[in-house]
Amino acid sequence: MATVTQKSKLSNVLWPALAWIVAIIFFFPIFWLVFTSFKTDADAVKPEFLFRFTPTLENYTNMTQNYDYWKFATNSVITSTFATLFALIVGVPAAYAMAFDPSRHTKDILMWMLSTKMLPAAAVLYPMTFLTKNFLGIFDTHFLVILVLCLINLPIVIWMLFTYFKEIPKEIIEAGKMDGVTTWGEIKDILIPLAWGGIASTALLTFIFCWNEAYWTVRLTTIDAATLSKLIEGNRAPEGLFFGRLSAVSTAAIAPIVVLGWFCQKQLVAGLTFGAVK
Amino acid sequence: MKSIRNTALGLTMGLAAATTAMADDLTIAIVNNGHMINMQKVAEAYTAETGTKLNWVSLEEGVLREQVTSDTATGGGQYDIINIGMQEAPIWGAAGWIEPLNFGADYDVDDILPAMRAGLSHEGTLYAAPFYGESSMVMYRKDLTDAAGVVVRDNDSWANIKGAAMAMHNPDKGVYGACLRGKPGWGDNMAFVTTMVNSFGGAWFDADMKPALNSAAWNEAINFYVDLLGNYGPPGSEGNSFNEILALYNEGKCGMWIDATIAASFLTVDGVAYAQSPNAGNAVGANWLWAWAMAIPAGSPNAAEAQKFIEWATSKEYVKAVGMHPDFGWGSVPTGQRASTYAIPEFKAAAKFAAAEMAAIDSAAPAATDVKPYVGVQFAAIPEFPEVGTAVAQEIAAALSGAKTVEEALAASQAAADAIMKEAGYYE
Repeated sequence: MATVTQKSKLSNVLWPALAWIVAIIFFFPIFWLVFTSFKTDADAVKPEFLFRFTPTLENYTNMTQNYDYWKFATNSVITSTFATLFALIVGVPAAYAMAFDPSRHTKDILMWMLSTKMLPAAAVLYPMTFLTKNFLGIFDTHFLVILVLCLINLPIVIWMLFTYFKEIPKEIIEAGKMDGVTTWGEIKDILIPLAWGGIASTALLTFIFCWNEAYWTVRLTTIDAATLSKLIEGNRAPEGLFFGRLSAVSTAAIAPIVVLGWFCQKQLVAGLTFGAVK
Repeated sequence: MKSIRNTALGLTMGLAAATTAMADDLTIAIVNNGHMINMQKVAEAYTAETGTKLNWVSLEEGVLREQVTSDTATGGGQYDIINIGMQEAPIWGAAGWIEPLNFGADYDVDDILPAMRAGLSHEGTLYAAPFYGESSMVMYRKDLTDAAGVVVRDNDSWANIKGAAMAMHNPDKGVYGACLRGKPGWGDNMAFVTTMVNSFGGAWFDADMKPALNSAAWNEAINFYVDLLGNYGPPGSEGNSFNEILALYNEGKCGMWIDATIAASFLTVDGVAYAQSPNAGNAVGANWLWAWAMAIPAGSPNAAEAQKFIEWATSKEYVKAVGMHPDFGWGSVPTGQRASTYAIPEFKAAAKFAAAEMAAIDSAAPAATDVKPYVGVQFAAIPEFPEVGTAVAQEIAAALSGAKTVEEALAASQAAADAIMKEAGYYE
């Protein structure tokens, strides 16, 4: 029978080893992507040349010569930032109302909001194209992309914020009310400072979702508001996938968000695991 | 509060206004290939001369089709010029999704290769101008065939092709007799497989447009394909398409490669020779025909300007502009569109494959025949073909990998194609 010390020693080795294996498996695609971006298209399709190759910047040079990378990147920053901001501006008061002043329909409304995520995007492609192009005249504008990104992420934002706000004791808000604080004051001076961590992780996740969104950003834009998703999409050649050049474009597209995620990993992990161990 | 609201309103309206394109700009949707990317640089001269600003949007083929169809369905206007292939041009022309093209006498429309004009027209009206075109041919290593004592001829028999592949096959030295497309996809393995089936006397559909994948010709052709590629091809061929084989070929690992003529301009190994595609005796298209072309979607507000640009981009002058461009040269000119290109001495000197390519394009037969009651060589020019082709492609790849027998794969292919064609209303 194993003693407690033996068990503890085993755990000390086994769990970290398992964690490393899982981390390596998850990290491998990113590693492969970055490595491949420094290979020629010919080297990129040779499995035996995973490590043994002459690095080249050819793919990055071609990308910057053939495409206006900075325009796509700027559009991604603008649309993701404003969409996240507007989603929070709408989401914080909505989640506040549902968390601290729920009605008998609150749960139904939350479920309904989540159910909108279940609608296949392709089902509304034509109406969206018609409405935005012919009726509203906002096709291929930053405004449209911000609006769409904001709306498709709003259910997630409200759900996440609602979960955070539910953790804040109702009595604190009520005490504020008794002291004569207005609703806006409650949100600004009590709720936001108390739930700052939750709001930050919600904002980060929303920003990542907006950055990575590809269906609508590819289909509702032409040139002016096209984001990095469209740059990647446009690099798929009719002759097949040229992995070298595609990897360079993908690496350049995900680099900003990976760096952001790296610096904000604490908040991200907190946001993703919130409520997991109750 | 008011100031925040005003700022937000101003910001969003400003962003919307700032992104409105100029009316006389041309927005061009292109697929991502070398010739189209080069055109963006060459066309700087067009902008300088005419003042027309060109906005290029690079899209994946499938997304491009989706965007054009949704744009057309909602009145058009998103793109002024689009890149389309030979499969779509006659269908979209018939549906009124793209405008007919009428060029002036200077354009010399008769100089466009007849097979290309036919493939991009509907009922005699040209709907798309070819930017570059291709057929397929055999690209083999003359040094290896000489060493093995075999000869590859124009329109050789499949038996001789197999014999040559067998003679050159030396996996211990990393040389595989035949490298052919195996990756599933209607534009991947099925492009080659269809030409092979054609040459065995088969076709996708019978006269009633019922799938004919259970025919003896399909059975014979696929058995031959699986045998040839399985025994004398590189391992993992079911994952190989154009660019994977190109890499293998340039490493000196392929004795022969039967694929798009455009591949010849990318080959860097020495000792390459060319021959017309093999045939099993049938006169109907043993080599394919494809073109990437430029068309004007219905509803473009700048149709007249768009036509002017297409006229320039597919002209003899454009070919010369690429040939004389300091970044490109005569080896990079778009081929397979105009007969006059093949008469340019500088081009002939730079492109050793030119004569073989032109012969292949000239001999391709896309028109409907008694054997093949539809337009197209390596595809059928019907809207349902991509779906049918993709389903069958999976089955053929399964047969190649050994996951299914040829008979099982063809039975499943027939059932899948039958279901698609029935649902589309071709028959009950």
